[in-house]
Amino acid sequence: MVQLRYFASLRERLGIGEETVPLPGHVNTVAGLQHWLQERGTLWAETLADERLLVAVNHEISEHNASVSDGDEIAWFPPVTGG
Amino acid sequence: MIRVQQEDFDPGAELDALRSRLQGTAGAVVSFIGLVRDLNEGDAIADMTLEHYPGMTEKALAQIAIEASSRWNLIDAVIIHRVGPMAPNDRIVFVAAASAHRKEAFLACEHMITTLKTEAPFWKKETTSGGTRWVSQT
Repeated sequence: MVQLRYFASLRERLGIGEETVPLPGHVNTVAGLQHWLQERGTLWAETLADERLLVAVNHEISEHNASVSDGDEIAWFPPVTGG
Repeated sequence: MIRVQQEDFDPGAELDALRSRLQGTAGAVVSFIGLVRDLNEGDAIADMTLEHYPGMTEKALAQIAIEASSRWNLIDAVIIHRVGPMAPNDRIVFVAAASAHRKEAFLACEHMITTLKTEAPFWKKETTSGGTRWVSQT
């Protein structure tokens, strides 16, 4: 299982903040996981296609080629605006 | 010292606490306080809510403080960031750097707040007369 999290405008658009899903057998990268999520339908395909989105794997900002494995927490979010 | 909290902070008390930790080792403390402005992109701001990523936020802030401490040889570094609902003129963030001499403290303090704005997972949502909107990165 992997823990998936979505924040801020992304969470609102997708209508979900977090979920736990079984990692599909063929998926071993952030890009693969994102592609799998985008197959859920137009909303997911279009929302996650935004190239400004950031991804964190286990709380570390990561590239799309970063590997993901069972037990990981992967988060998608828009550019940060704190401070 | 890193803290993420809903409640306001007292800059004087934080600076006193920092000074008592220094035990005479530092010659300079530079601090920064970020406030909620009443205007953004030409619109009056009624209030604002700050969302964050619990768990990652603390790690990101600690990383920023550790990196600055090592780069400028700081004796102490403080980052306090508020989350939740806030109103114009409220304090949002407190950053402080203590070093032997002032130059390092100035540079480190500026670097910490600048890095925080692009790397720490916080998001502002503001309310204007036209409704609510997520603030975009500038």
